[in-house]
Amino acid sequence: MKRFDIVRRRRIWFSLSLLISLAGIIAMFVMGLNLGTDFKAGTRVQVELGSGFDTQAVRNAFASIHLQPDRVTVAGATGDTAVVRLAEKITPQQEAEINKVIKEKFPQAKGLQVTSVDPIVAKELSQKAVYAVLAAAVGIILYMSIRFEYRFAISGVISLLQVVLFVVSVFALLQVEIDLTFIAALLTIVGYSIHDTIVIFDRIRENLKHRKIKTVKDLEDLVNDSLWQTMRRSINTVVTVVISAGLLYILGGPSIRNFSFALLIGLVFGAWSSIFIASQIWVSWRKRGLKA
Amino acid sequence: MVKWSKIISLLLVLVLFFALAGTTAKKLWTGIPLGLDLQGGFDVLYQVQPTKDQPVTREGVLATRNAIENRVNALGVKEPDISIEGNDRIRVQLAGVKDQQEAKEIIGKPAKLEFRAPDGKTVLLTGKDLKSNAKAVLDQQTGAPVVTVEFKDPQAFANVTQKYLGQPVGIWLDNQLISNPVIQQVIGGGQAQITGEKTLKDAQTLANLLNAGALPYPIKELSSMAVGATLGQAALKDTLKAGYIAFALIFIFMLVFYRIPGLVANIALLMYVYLIIAVFKGLGIVLTLPGLAALILGVGIAVDVNIIAYERIKDEFANGKTLLSSVIMGQKRSLPTIIDANITSLIAAALLFWFGSGQVRGFAVAEVISILASFLTAVLLSRWMLMLVVRSNLIKNPWWFGADRLKGGDAK
Repeated sequence: MKRFDIVRRRRIWFSLSLLISLAGIIAMFVMGLNLGTDFKAGTRVQVELGSGFDTQAVRNAFASIHLQPDRVTVAGATGDTAVVRLAEKITPQQEAEINKVIKEKFPQAKGLQVTSVDPIVAKELSQKAVYAVLAAAVGIILYMSIRFEYRFAISGVISLLQVVLFVVSVFALLQVEIDLTFIAALLTIVGYSIHDTIVIFDRIRENLKHRKIKTVKDLEDLVNDSLWQTMRRSINTVVTVVISAGLLYILGGPSIRNFSFALLIGLVFGAWSSIFIASQIWVSWRKRGLKA
Repeated sequence: MVKWSKIISLLLVLVLFFALAGTTAKKLWTGIPLGLDLQGGFDVLYQVQPTKDQPVTREGVLATRNAIENRVNALGVKEPDISIEGNDRIRVQLAGVKDQQEAKEIIGKPAKLEFRAPDGKTVLLTGKDLKSNAKAVLDQQTGAPVVTVEFKDPQAFANVTQKYLGQPVGIWLDNQLISNPVIQQVIGGGQAQITGEKTLKDAQTLANLLNAGALPYPIKELSSMAVGATLGQAALKDTLKAGYIAFALIFIFMLVFYRIPGLVANIALLMYVYLIIAVFKGLGIVLTLPGLAALILGVGIAVDVNIIAYERIKDEFANGKTLLSSVIMGQKRSLPTIIDANITSLIAAALLFWFGSGQVRGFAVAEVISILASFLTAVLLSRWMLMLVVRSNLIKNPWWFGADRLKGGDAK
């Protein structure tokens, strides 16, 4: 039986990934990121008002206590939750007023959640989050360079960064709010798709021991075989993880919906990039000096 | 020949595990402290601010923390968490508070109490001169709520009353005149009453504030998060429900795909969950929503470890090896991959803990625990159980181990 040749079609995968990445970067620049109060100082009020509520009524309620919301969004699975964003960090007195006016104007309201963050804290948090992601990337490169070789490490990390870019740009495109748990989701995705990549790299390394690589064709065959030998594992693992993350997305409460959404798309795209990108970068790099 | 000793060992372990888990799991689970996002409550971050004549010192922050704790205790909140972050920040986490507004007011209020001369400026005595035994009572004659206070130095108070006999001595709280009683007589016992509160509850709040004393430094609210109790419980319920269903589906998936090893993996998965619960309870780790999500995801990782091994076993079958040597070789060959994959995840989680804060840290802790637990159950226990099954010679057909049929050539 002739197998589908993944490795020799790598130009297609590269172009596809490049296209997606470019579209992602454009989306980010055009739409911008919808940063939550964790990263952008201000106040966020979340409250369940029941489906079909009027956002103008919410604005009016806030206007009656002299607050101008930046934006009022409809959230939740059934569109029953209002998320109100204010640019300023409110005072405790204003918070009391919000509590009061919501109870007055929307007697059905429940699950009021008020978060407010000062600019200093917001700045610190976003710095810490960026450091965490960078540190994780460096840690992974170091470990893989020791266990494998630098080419594997760099190829793996490039494909990882592409996954991160993809998830961030989907969030930009859909204007989903980015908060601290999003960073946690990103790091899980990074950790998990490096899992996938390492399983494949391990198999390539193992097969390398038993074969002599003289030509580019030898190399391509080797990687193709390794990919197909691990394919069933790659697919089965994605299935189980998609079951977990998907159910968290569908059933898990509103506060982790964004988190599980990031996981869901990140894990699926992570599997794609492990199979179609990471090892192909390695092939393109490694083939130098080999006969065509 | 069937080796019954192996089967008995295996059954013994299973009976022991299920007996232990069945009797203790629920108790352990309910003993895990839940984070604010799961049970409702509020989280406020304060910054201690320097005053004109006092820069913020470590001792000053500690003293402010203790003063806040006194005030929180006056609220009667169970298990408040008041911690110092960085050089000048204090984080207050209160779970299950009904009136968050009131709690915030009591925590943040400077409560500077002063007794001032009739000119309204000269400070005669302050809250520091009071004993911490202020009480709210209803005045027996007027029925109005009053706060009784007692001075540490009765003589000092007597002197004041003597000097200003017949004149009003204002009681000022946070630069607001709350009562302006005229001194009718010289009071020698150091006892006084503060009137002017509208309800007994207000009087009680004032008494609490007086007892807790003034904060050594003014504090500024940097960030706050409030979660309603019902919202937190709903989130917990929803996430658990998602977990149960995910669990059931993964169970079925493993059974269909890997049969006997799948069953072993499922049992190991139950052990993983039990171990996680025990570790959380044992270390007193607070479970938050992202933490819970990390654990449910950990199930996926634990399953992956088994899938890697079982696919490897299938490869060995395909190469025409016997059942026993396939299982041994498959497990052996998959180990480096599993270790590499888990160490990278561990590195990522550790760095997340190191550089992150708050909920991200909670997530990292849960991830580290779940990686270690999955290593113990999905690698060590699961392998050992599978070997017992294989060595017992009870099942000989490779079909039961997930191989389609005996054939070669799939992998070279």
